[in-house]
Amino acid sequence: MVQKVREADLFESSVGLVERVLDSSIAEKIKSCIQCGTCSASCPTAYAMDYTPRWIIAALRAGQWERVLRSNTPWLCASCYYCTVRCPSGIEFTDLMYALKRLAIERGIYPKGSPVLYQAFTGTVDRYGRSAEVELMARYYLRTLNPWGLIKMAPMGLRMLLKGRLSLLPHRIEGRRELAKMFDYMRERGEK
Amino acid sequence: MAYTYYPGCSQEVSNRAYDLSTRAVAKALDIELKELKDWNCCGTSPSYSIRELPTFVLGARNLALAEREAGACDLVTICNGCFAMLEKTNLRLKEPDLRRRVGEVLSVAGLEYEGSVRARHFLEVLVNDVGEGLIRERVTMPLGGLKVAPYYGCQFSRPEGRYDDLEFPTALDRLLSWIGAEVVDYPLKAQCCGGLLMTTKEEVALKLVRDLLALAQKRGAHCMATICPLCQLNLEAYQDRVKARFGADFSIPILYFTQLLGLSLGLEGKALGLGRELVSAADILAPYLVVASREV
Repeated sequence: MVQKVREADLFESSVGLVERVLDSSIAEKIKSCIQCGTCSASCPTAYAMDYTPRWIIAALRAGQWERVLRSNTPWLCASCYYCTVRCPSGIEFTDLMYALKRLAIERGIYPKGSPVLYQAFTGTVDRYGRSAEVELMARYYLRTLNPWGLIKMAPMGLRMLLKGRLSLLPHRIEGRRELAKMFDYMRERGEK
Repeated sequence: MAYTYYPGCSQEVSNRAYDLSTRAVAKALDIELKELKDWNCCGTSPSYSIRELPTFVLGARNLALAEREAGACDLVTICNGCFAMLEKTNLRLKEPDLRRRVGEVLSVAGLEYEGSVRARHFLEVLVNDVGEGLIRERVTMPLGGLKVAPYYGCQFSRPEGRYDDLEFPTALDRLLSWIGAEVVDYPLKAQCCGGLLMTTKEEVALKLVRDLLALAQKRGAHCMATICPLCQLNLEAYQDRVKARFGADFSIPILYFTQLLGLSLGLEGKALGLGRELVSAADILAPYLVVASREV
């Protein structure tokens, strides 16, 4: 979390041009922000964020991208797109949040554990071609070392199972070898 | 009317009833939904969160398969997430650089995509293509007296708004009114259910779900109609947790809009996957069931 980062470290590492880390079209676009705060006011999860959407843009323009990445903000975006459709400057803030999450992965800077579910998700999708819900949840709670989470899920899981709404085995698509070939191809070329 | 159908991963097991009721309703309305053969994950928001190219490759494989099978066709989804991601894939593939990179990867699997497939949501297909006249004509069991809160969630009309209003969609309101249901005024209809945050930031998502359920209750809704499997699950499966956290006791059935439409068309509960609810809808739906209510 943000508070635990030493201010001195923060200053040292976070001053820099945002163009260096973000896609140039995004870096260009955030220059048109008028700091009206419509994004923050429209965001259903802003109240729980370290920095609200408006702050995020201000921080990025001040070059404080590392500070932004250390915050919980990108990981609290539920992707509802209210900010995007309401922004008077046409900034697609939701897509900026996605870009920040990807940047966080690339740089390895994020609040501990934030991307685990996303990684577990892509793990099952890449292997089987489709999402495998039970395996996904098991992997998520194991990797976050949160057996309590799994125990809390158990009653709901059981009810779902009884209603025929859980399958313990994943569905594997026929084209998973072609899929694997495509993923290998991207991996070999370092494509992200 | 013929469409290529993309069920989406959630419909295979946890939201199977959504898939069943969609197919049943389509059949009853003479809409041909031909399932896309060997479809894969749509690309999905959690994937887009951590990587770009593989996400669009996943989406593009589906679009390429659809194009190969049916040419320039409409790919019909019933999940807001799939719909928005396939729409986004199409949109982004207009960028020459990304198009080239995705095309190169697809070619490794012997696929190519010209860009002629359109992503659609079944709700919007029903309202825009099938239309009021035909649907009203086929209703044999109007849902008079059933108060329904129409809930769209986020990614049906946002971010593109191609088929409905960005902030205040009306397609579901209209459809529900055609089948005789009493549509309650529900201003939170396009607000967020928390999506995936229900797993990663539960306390935040629970609050959103609490607000949605509370308004439905306040407006006297007997049930909520959803058009997205994740919304359905968040609203239904977490009512216990909302109660534990906020002390607010809701027992509001959360149904797929296709189940309500199916009932009004005189279809049997079983064919619509009814009975798999975690919050039982047996009581509120009993008057509209063609066969004995014990089936639900």
